[in-house]
Amino acid sequence: MNPHSDPINHMIGVKKLVKRFGLKTVLRGLEFEVQEGEFVALLGPNGAGKTTFLRILASLSRPTLGEVRVAGYRLPIQAAAVRRNLGVVSHLPLLYGDLTAEENLRFYGRMYGVLELKQRIDDVLALVGLTSRRRDLVRTFSRGMQQRLAIGRAILHDPDVLLFDEPHTGLDQDACDMLDRLLREVAGQGRTVVMTSHDLARVEDLASRFDVLSRGVISASAGRSDLGGKNLLDFYRQALAG
Amino acid sequence: MKPQPLALKVLNVVSVLLLLAALGVVFLYAPLEATMNYVQKIFYFHVANAWVGMLGFIAAAVAGVVYLVKHDQKWDIIELAAVEISLVFFLIAILAGSIWARPTWGAYWTWEPRLTTAAILEMVYVAYLLLRQGIDDPDRRARFSAVYTLIGAISVPITFMSIRLFRTIHPVVIGSNPAATTGSFDMTSKMLISMFFALFTFSIIFVDLFWHRIRLGQLAQHVEQLKLEELQ
Amino acid sequence: MAHQQTTNRRPSPIVHPSSSSFLKAIGAIVWKDLAAELRSRELLSAMLVFALLVILIFNFALELDPLTRRVATPGILWATFTFAGTLGLNRSMAVEKDRGCLDGLLLAPVDRSAIYFGKTISNLAFMIIVEVVVLPVYSVLYNTNLFNPGLIVVILLGSIGYVSVGTLLSSMAVQTRTRDVMLPILLFPVVIPILIAAVKASSGFLQGLALSEVMAYINLLIVYDVIFIAVAYMVFDYVVEE
Repeated sequence: MNPHSDPINHMIGVKKLVKRFGLKTVLRGLEFEVQEGEFVALLGPNGAGKTTFLRILASLSRPTLGEVRVAGYRLPIQAAAVRRNLGVVSHLPLLYGDLTAEENLRFYGRMYGVLELKQRIDDVLALVGLTSRRRDLVRTFSRGMQQRLAIGRAILHDPDVLLFDEPHTGLDQDACDMLDRLLREVAGQGRTVVMTSHDLARVEDLASRFDVLSRGVISASAGRSDLGGKNLLDFYRQALAG
Repeated sequence: MKPQPLALKVLNVVSVLLLLAALGVVFLYAPLEATMNYVQKIFYFHVANAWVGMLGFIAAAVAGVVYLVKHDQKWDIIELAAVEISLVFFLIAILAGSIWARPTWGAYWTWEPRLTTAAILEMVYVAYLLLRQGIDDPDRRARFSAVYTLIGAISVPITFMSIRLFRTIHPVVIGSNPAATTGSFDMTSKMLISMFFALFTFSIIFVDLFWHRIRLGQLAQHVEQLKLEELQ
Repeated sequence: MAHQQTTNRRPSPIVHPSSSSFLKAIGAIVWKDLAAELRSRELLSAMLVFALLVILIFNFALELDPLTRRVATPGILWATFTFAGTLGLNRSMAVEKDRGCLDGLLLAPVDRSAIYFGKTISNLAFMIIVEVVVLPVYSVLYNTNLFNPGLIVVILLGSIGYVSVGTLLSSMAVQTRTRDVMLPILLFPVVIPILIAAVKASSGFLQGLALSEVMAYINLLIVYDVIFIAVAYMVFDYVVEE
C-alpha cells in the first residue's frame, strides 16, 4: 500500500472516520486509502462494521466525524458527484422483479442520465451474458443471474469506483465462478474496487490487497505480494487477534 | 443522575402550593355563577389544562423543527417530553370539559370544533408515540418523530379551521374571550382574576413537569449509554 | 502504482446535471411504477377489490333508504377512497423497501425530492385509476348520477392532498417495525381536513349548490394541497437519508 498522504490522488481516502448510531460507536477513527485500479478485499467478522463502512462510502449513510473522499469528491457534501462515479452491488439485488432485465437497465440508465442508452444496454447485457434473457422478468431469474444483472446495473454509467457488499451470498459454486469471471473482467477495466466478503478462498484469487476491519478500525492491511508465504486465513486470524 | 437543582426543588414546592392556592381561589374566592353553580367551577381547570396542553403543543413543534436543523438529541428529548405533557393535559381538559358539558348541554360529548380538534390532536399524539415505539435506531426515531410533529403541528390547526367551517352548533365569535365561545355566561372581574390565577398556576406546573420529564429523558439516555458500554 | 489524476480513463457516457435530469428522473420513476404495475396488476387489483368490498359493507352496515343514501354518498365514497388509498401507498413503498430498491433510488445522482415527486405522482395515478372505476360502479349500484364535473375536481384535489402526505408518511412507516399498520395510524388524523372539505364540497356539487357556497371548501383543499406538498418536499430528505 502506498503511504502517500495527499488525499487528492487517492481514489478513496478516509481519515479518522467515526460512525455512531445513537450512543453506539461502530467505526472508531478508521483510516483507509485506495489507489486507482486497486482491488481491495475488506474482511472482518460479522458486526465489525463492514456494511456500515461500505454504506458510508456509497453515500447512503453520513459519517458522524471524519473525512471521506471518493473519486476526488468529499462526502457527504458532494454526494451527487460521488454517486455519478460509483457503482454498488449489495447482497440485495436492487432490481425490480416485475420489470424485464432490459427495463431495469433502462430505468437506471435514465436515473443516471446515461447517453446512448440503447447501445449501452446492449453492451452491458452482452458483458454479463444475459442478452438472451433481456425480455424476461427479473423475478424469474435465478439468484446468480440477478447478481450478474446487478453488476450490469452497477457499471451501466461506467463508474470509476465499484463497491461490492458480499456479492457471493446465496450463490452456488457455478454461479460464484461465473461471478468471479465477471468481477475480474469488470475490475480489469481499470476500475477501483472495494469488496467485502466472508469467503476468503474466493477473495484470495480476486483481490490485489486485503484489509481487515476489526473493532471499528482497519487493524491490518497487506498487498498480495506482502502476504508472502502466509496463508490468507492465517493473516486474517492474526489480524483479529492482534 | 444529577440531583435536582435547587431551582427545581423550589419549583416543586411552589407548584404544589400554587395548586392548593388555586383550589382555594376557585372554591372560596370566585363567586358562584348564577345558573350553573358549582359545576361552572370546573371551567377554570378545563381552560387552564387546555392552556398547558397548548404550551406543550407549541413546545413540541418548535423542538421538532430545531432538532431537524441541529441534529442534537437533546431536542428530541424535549420534544417527547412536550408531547407527553400535552397529551395528558389535553386529556384532562377534555374530561373536565365533558363533566361540564353534561349538565350544561345534556351530553358528555359534542362535536364542537375545539373538542373535536383536541380529540384529533390526541390521536396524533398517540400515533407519534406508536411511531417512536416502532423504531429502534435513535437517530431515525428522532428524525421521524420530528417530521411527524411538524406534519401534525400544521395539520391540526387546519383541522380546527375546517371543523369550524363545518360545524355550526355553537356560533363562534373570533377574538372574544373564551367564556363567550364555550358557554353562555359572562365573567365578572373576580372570575377573570380566578381564571388568570388558574392559568398562572398551571403554567408553573407545566414548567415543573416539563423539567422533570426532560431530566427523566436524559437519565434514560444515560442508561442506554451505560448498557452499550457494558456490552462493548 | 503511478500517481494519476483521478480523471476518467475513457470518455464518460453520462450527461451533466441540469434541471432536465431532475424531471427525467421523476419521469423514469413514474414510468417504472406504472410499467411494473401494468404487468403484475397486484396493487391495482388489491385496491379495487378492497374498494368494492368497502362499498358493499357500507351497503349492509348503513341500511339506508334511497334518500338518505344520496346524502351519505360523499361520505361513503371518501371513506372508501381513504381506506383503499392506504393499501396503494403501503404497497408502493413496500416494493422499494423489500428488494433494497430504495437504496438503488438513493444511489442515483439526483435530488431526493425527485424520488418524492416520482412516487407521489405514481401513487396519485393509482388512486385515480381506482376512483375512475369506483365512480361508475357506485353510480350503477345505487342509481345515482356521479358524473359531475365539480365532483371530479373535488376528487382530484382531495386525492392530490391525500397522496402528498401519504407518500411521505408511507416512506416513514415502511421503515418501522410495525410497517403496514403504522400508515393508517399516522395518516388518518392528519388528512381529516381533506375529508371534511372533500365531503362537504362533493355534497355541495351533487346537490347542485351554487359554486359560491362550495368555494370555501375548494379553497381549503387547495390550501391544504399547496402547504403539504411544500412541507413534504422539504422534509423528505430527513426521511430517507441516514
